[in-house]
Amino acid sequence: MNRSGFWFVVPFLVLYAAFLIVPMVIGLGASVTDEGITGHAGFVGGANYAELFQDPAVWSSLGHTLIFTVVSTPAIVLVGLAMALLANRATPERWLYRLAFFAPYLLPVSVVVLIWSWLYQPGFGLINDLLTRLGLGEVGWLSTDGMAMTSIIITTVWWTAGFSFLLYLAALQEIPRQLYEASALDGATPFQQLRRITLPLLSRTHQLVIVLQVLASLKVFDQIYLLSGQGGIPGVRSIVQYIYESGFTRFRIGYASAISYVFFALIAAVALLHFRLTAGKGAKR
Amino acid sequence: MNRRTFILAGMAVATATGAGAACSGPTGLAYWNLFSGGDGSRMTEMVGAIGTRLDAVTLAWGTPYYTKLAMAAAGGRAPDLAILHLSRLPGFAPLGLLDPFDDDLLVAHGLTPDRFPQAVWNRARHNGRTYAVPLDTHPLVLFYNTELCGKAGLLQDGKLKPIRGERQLLDAFGKAGLALAAARDVNPWRLFWTLYRQQDGQGLLDDAKALTALRLLQKIGATARFTDNNAAVALFGSGQAGFFWNGEWELPTFQEQHTPFDVAPFPQIYDRPAVHADSHSFVLPHQRDRDPERTAQTVAAIAELVGQSLTWARGGHIPAYQPVATSSAYLNLLPQANYRSAAAEAELDPPVWFAGAASDLQSSAGATIGAVLGGTMSPEAALGDLKATVMRLKNTPSPS
Repeated sequence: MNRSGFWFVVPFLVLYAAFLIVPMVIGLGASVTDEGITGHAGFVGGANYAELFQDPAVWSSLGHTLIFTVVSTPAIVLVGLAMALLANRATPERWLYRLAFFAPYLLPVSVVVLIWSWLYQPGFGLINDLLTRLGLGEVGWLSTDGMAMTSIIITTVWWTAGFSFLLYLAALQEIPRQLYEASALDGATPFQQLRRITLPLLSRTHQLVIVLQVLASLKVFDQIYLLSGQGGIPGVRSIVQYIYESGFTRFRIGYASAISYVFFALIAAVALLHFRLTAGKGAKR
Repeated sequence: MNRRTFILAGMAVATATGAGAACSGPTGLAYWNLFSGGDGSRMTEMVGAIGTRLDAVTLAWGTPYYTKLAMAAAGGRAPDLAILHLSRLPGFAPLGLLDPFDDDLLVAHGLTPDRFPQAVWNRARHNGRTYAVPLDTHPLVLFYNTELCGKAGLLQDGKLKPIRGERQLLDAFGKAGLALAAARDVNPWRLFWTLYRQQDGQGLLDDAKALTALRLLQKIGATARFTDNNAAVALFGSGQAGFFWNGEWELPTFQEQHTPFDVAPFPQIYDRPAVHADSHSFVLPHQRDRDPERTAQTVAAIAELVGQSLTWARGGHIPAYQPVATSSAYLNLLPQANYRSAAAEAELDPPVWFAGAASDLQSSAGATIGAVLGGTMSPEAALGDLKATVMRLKNTPSPS
């Protein structure tokens, strides 16, 4: 048997084990202790798990994460698709669309948040300034929980829609020209072409984009943490942020590990569900 | 390798070697602090003025700073010297994140208890050992606009007439206008704690006294415009409010804006003078292999820095080091010296692990009390909320 392939994978496996497998095992061990940051750890059994199911902050932050995911995922998918359809038209300025739609995705999160926190400023921020000039009232973009979540989602869509845009654009270019030409000869309108040819042929991409986006949205942390600023906004805190706070600002590594594992189980369930759904489809074909 | 990765890799190598070069020179003592803006430049000035070489690193204020400091100390390779809000000591010292000072070493450098206000020195001790050397006391104060308050007839010989009791306070705020940070800020907690401790409220929480304080805050909120701190500073700085209720650290802003203002100590509303305060203090974060020689140098540097605290006082803070606080140079520093009495009345956060600057208690309670000031929550409902918060924090196992 040819073992040479194995040695090519070794560097990856070493890193994978050191930074993923080993920490996961350590985390599982820590979740049944009262480990703090100074290394002391005593076995507490399921106490952390029992506590987290009683902890309202776990449920509220999980709720914020789910709301974020449920609202932002369709928005990102639809905006990405719309941008891809627009940029795929054979117009002279399409290079500009491609650049403009994808550029935000290349920005680091800190830059994105910096830009948007200035846009959202009360009083002199670009958006509120515009609203006042138009004779409309100011909006406290980050001052109430509901608005803050909306603002975070708007920022996220602007930032990451470029990724689904890219996937859709690539998929659109895979669709053979002839299908459109033939249907045009048969008298199909552009809208019929979109409904009957483009969207059905994108179905695999829809799946891919939606799964990637759901997983990315569930892990949301950076933009919420940064946009909430000093002290944070408890009304938009995500579950990952709560895990971070429990472990690193409240020094409860054991408890944070337990929450991580519950959240991990949730994500694994989502992944498994998707696997079952797509596997079923594959068998039918 | 495409061009982009090539450039990125080149930059990474350059940064790595650059950082390596910075580390290999003769090193001073590593010193972490959380001072930016005016406080940052005054601290840089003090560090430059002393003989001991300190390599100062400034980190973002608040939770990020304390997270990083705790992580560094937990790893045992912390900086030689760091700033800590004294109110955070109960969350740090019992966990072994700080190393105690050697009392003989402190005495040798003139850092003795009699040279610091008792209110803060007591809080620098844990289990009979000294864990912190206070640099300042920074209390809440009452800023007032001399023109607006003059027109409202609230001045006497150019100074604010003493305000005593709820009615006089509300009357004064009603006449001259109050700017107050109430939204998304810990300021409401500080106001509450002041009013609670003025009634000699004990522990967390005496229902009747807490309710009295909350009811007053509700009435005060009705006289003030509900804003965040930036807006409140702007309102007072531009002469649109006669009073501004916050910490003395906002003082340089108004001096720069040439606002006609003066500062009074926080008025005594109830039975005893008391005001929420905190203290920036010097600590030795835990090092696994502590070098006695470097530690001695660190203590020498602390003695030199507190000796420079007249520079620090320009930012509004009251020097903790009494040889400076009682010097004529400080007594002539106005308006700072006007509220120096506050150092003796300083009420830090309760000495529990979940309290202190940028803590859970401050942000949770701040949000509740902010809602009372904003008129969206009744004092009775807020009391229930506060008690629930305290109960939740008390029931959380303290970290180890």
